[in-house]
Amino acid sequence: MAVKLRTPLSEEDVLNLRAGEVVYLSGTIYTARDSAHRKILGLPPEELPFNPNGAVIYHCGPVVRKTRGGYEIVSAGPTTSARMNGYLDTILGLGVRGIIGKGGMDTEPFRGRAVYFAFTGGAGSLAAKSIKRVKAVHWLEELGIPEAVWVLDVQNFPLIVAIDAHGNSLYR
Amino acid sequence: MLVDAIVEAIRLAVTRIPDDVVSAIRDAHAREDNEVARFNLENILKAIEIGKEDSIPVCQDTGTITFFVEAGVESPFLGEVKGWLMEATMRATEEIPLRPNAVDVLTGKNSGDNTGKGVPVIHWELVPGDDIRIAILPKGGGSENCSALAMLTPSEGWEGVRRFVLERVRECGGKPCPPAILGIGVGGGADYSLLLAKKALLRRVGERNPDEGIAKIEEEILEEVNALGIGPMGMGGKTTALDVKIEVAHRHPASFPVGLIVQCWANRRAFVEIKPDGSVEVWQ
Repeated sequence: MAVKLRTPLSEEDVLNLRAGEVVYLSGTIYTARDSAHRKILGLPPEELPFNPNGAVIYHCGPVVRKTRGGYEIVSAGPTTSARMNGYLDTILGLGVRGIIGKGGMDTEPFRGRAVYFAFTGGAGSLAAKSIKRVKAVHWLEELGIPEAVWVLDVQNFPLIVAIDAHGNSLYR
Repeated sequence: MLVDAIVEAIRLAVTRIPDDVVSAIRDAHAREDNEVARFNLENILKAIEIGKEDSIPVCQDTGTITFFVEAGVESPFLGEVKGWLMEATMRATEEIPLRPNAVDVLTGKNSGDNTGKGVPVIHWELVPGDDIRIAILPKGGGSENCSALAMLTPSEGWEGVRRFVLERVRECGGKPCPPAILGIGVGGGADYSLLLAKKALLRRVGERNPDEGIAKIEEEILEEVNALGIGPMGMGGKTTALDVKIEVAHRHPASFPVGLIVQCWANRRAFVEIKPDGSVEVWQ
């Protein structure tokens, strides 16, 4: 019953998913927390650091080690998504198809267009195993390590569909 | 050398989850029959193993570093401890590494090394003797955001404590990374009840308050919290909390303060003891 998906996600990918399913996600994902969301929403779409169409955003502020060639993600579990509820409708309106986080979000904005994937909070060392490399980082100097937008290449990131595009949610 | 020991204790705290917490999570895993609850608890157990094997932070939120210092008034090192704690925090951030989590309240600028105005947080208690005992509690933001204070009326009493805690846990759902550990402080005033609640988290999972009456309330609240069905990460299950710990102080006759500190399953801690001859011991 596990589904394998690759980013960018299509509308069909998203509409086929149901709450409770396990998804192994591969491809590029973008971290964004409170400050990054505020910045993204203040910019015209053509100035965004990434193409939001079909994109997956990860609510995550990783532990990062600087290496000779760039950066290495040491630990990278999800942060509490509910803090980003206020930005959700606009973010999904840009074409974002998936959000990864923990703790859940408002269900309605996902209807018909996107899904919320949950990963286990606190399991940052395990999540980091699915992150193959850092492709780029945006706004690091201005926002600091936890709030910067990290562009990550993930392989078989194990996730649960916690809120689907049909109004179903696993949260109690 | 003493700074090295404190850095090692911080490393121990963030890379190793204490045995009592791990066995409580294993027990929870054995009890759950909900598939999603099992997915989450299995991930937690895997993450704990990876943290230990690779010596990396189990959770990326290595928190605000908080030190509780019991400082023997005859220790020759009283004047130096604060400097060591600051230096150890900066070095730990670089060497382990930790996530830099100290930002200026006005500008939002990250200091980059987990130090800044008032942080790391250091709580001092002067005690007789010549030893210095330091407890380290790296506390994440997601669970801390669910912490709260209630100033109950004395007539609401312990029934009010129960109601307040259950309401708060229900309202927070999956946000604080359940299964949680709840620290509750009752009495002593608004400030002290919260301090007691946070200090309660240093106790081992399963270790009850020595007062039988309080111990009974701990067990009752634990049972009621688990009956809420919030479950691991808020997606349903039998385990919403691993433990409830209550610490008390006498209260003003007109007040009934209740501090609640919500801790995620990653109840990280470590201890350092500094003897007057400069020898140190580190444990969890």
